[in-house]
Amino acid sequence: MNSAAETKHVPVPNTTIKPKSRDSKSIYSIQNFSLWYGSDQALYDVQFDIPANNVTAIIGPSGCGKSTFIKALNRMVELVPSVKMLGSINYNGKDIFSPKYKVEELRTNVGMVFQNPNPFPKSIYENVAYGPKIHGIKKKKVLDEIVEKSLKGAALWDEVKDRLQENAFGLSGGQQQRLCIARCLAIEPDVILMDEPTSALDPISTAKIEELVQKLKEDYSIVIVTHNMQQAARISDKTAFFLNGEVIEYSNTDELFSNPEDKRTEDYITGRFG
Amino acid sequence: MAVNVKDMMKKNKSNRFLLRFSEKAAPTIFLLCAIISVLTTIGITLTLLVETITFFNRVSFIDFITGTKWWPFGENPSFGILPLISGTLLITVIAMAVAIPIGLASAIYLSEFASPNIRKIVKPILEVLAGIPTIVYGFFALTFVTPMLQNVIPSLPIFNALSPGIVVGVMIIPMIASLSEDAMSSVPNEMRDGALAMGSTRLEVALKVVVPAALSGIIASFVLGISRAIGETMIVAVAAGATPKLSLDVTESIQTMTGYIVQVSLGDASYGSTTYYSIYAVGMTLFVFTLLMNLLSQYISRRFKEEY
Repeated sequence: MNSAAETKHVPVPNTTIKPKSRDSKSIYSIQNFSLWYGSDQALYDVQFDIPANNVTAIIGPSGCGKSTFIKALNRMVELVPSVKMLGSINYNGKDIFSPKYKVEELRTNVGMVFQNPNPFPKSIYENVAYGPKIHGIKKKKVLDEIVEKSLKGAALWDEVKDRLQENAFGLSGGQQQRLCIARCLAIEPDVILMDEPTSALDPISTAKIEELVQKLKEDYSIVIVTHNMQQAARISDKTAFFLNGEVIEYSNTDELFSNPEDKRTEDYITGRFG
Repeated sequence: MAVNVKDMMKKNKSNRFLLRFSEKAAPTIFLLCAIISVLTTIGITLTLLVETITFFNRVSFIDFITGTKWWPFGENPSFGILPLISGTLLITVIAMAVAIPIGLASAIYLSEFASPNIRKIVKPILEVLAGIPTIVYGFFALTFVTPMLQNVIPSLPIFNALSPGIVVGVMIIPMIASLSEDAMSSVPNEMRDGALAMGSTRLEVALKVVVPAALSGIIASFVLGISRAIGETMIVAVAAGATPKLSLDVTESIQTMTGYIVQVSLGDASYGSTTYYSIYAVGMTLFVFTLLMNLLSQYISRRFKEEY
């Protein structure tokens, strides 16, 4: 039996698993991060670095803490009233939980795409223009430009350019999700967090989003939570495997899938549980 | 002994006649109940219409809607409804100036900022405020608000438009707050998350996402409030005086359409006189006003609807 299995709920101090190759500058550095909902611990001593301009996939079975983890990266997890946290998450070298760091500033730099498409009940145009508008951009001409650029960036422009003033809820689920990505892009974040962005979509829409992710990583750092291992294998550069709130293994995606170090990772990716 | 479910169900169903009868009778009974309110509406409208026609056989319709003098008593009565309309609108405008900002702000606080505990305490209190009889509000206006206003405006007479207008507004606050809060609470949390995740502050989320998304419900609450203010009777009958006046001066005594109906109903006019019929014409005018408000609210809420 693997020795790590016995230490399941005990924080292990040196679980820092460095990515093995292609090390670029890291954008997030997570150290000894633990999180509780009330008295239930959801994350145990998470510790790893997320590289810039890469796609980092977070995989693991339901309830393993992967969504909790990604929501901690932009502090959305704090919306749960009973949440408690320990340890640190540094974004570009700054502690995101420091009282000096404004949460709005963090979330302006770190965009998020949710599991279910959640456009605002406004027109397609207004959805994309919302972010720039709340950040003080008011000129119609500039907004027009941002909307076009963002929709093009999300590969949605050609489908909607003739009906920008129509309600976003008239779009299909996949289009809505790409609209949410465009909405994200409009404020030019550095990181895009995606929390199971394709789990509510059909295979064709999923393929489009995956293709888009590949394109986006040239300009953005992407962290994507997925329960779909094939998806992680297809689109990510790095993969972290979460189990019961712990990071079991973190390495380059091709290595993790072809040659997992941990027995539990192997069991999971070969479909023995989860 | 083993319980035989099938046998028991069969036994219970054996009383077939009663079962089939109630299956058939229930929808009919429900339908009758629904018809009652429809019939009442038709009945009231017809009564109003017939008596109003009688009135207009005696008084010219044009004089009625364009006349600037309302003096229904004595030798030379004059039935120009504009003073009553201006009185009603004055009260309504003052009331909405009080009720819309305070009601909406309360709703935003309760829906977007209050902790669940505070909401649990404040919402029932608001609803109690909505349950106070309007006659109590009327005397509150006359004996508390008016003297208080007289401290600020010494020339203010006992009967004026300002004090009952403010109190009608206070009366409507709970309605607007409660209905708007319902509309805002039903905006899905995903919308708030989406906005928060883009670096919006909670205030921006409330004002730029939640309020627009709930706008049709919010506007419906405003229009209901306006209808309520137009139709409000006791407060104005007690505190606004009985001086029909075509004026926009809030410090003067005025009379509203409802106030006039109360005055005449209390016995100032003999049955069959023109003055008696005039209350139906005024009632009809009120009815047309509220009908227009309802149509307006439907139009506006359709126009501004943000569907989710």
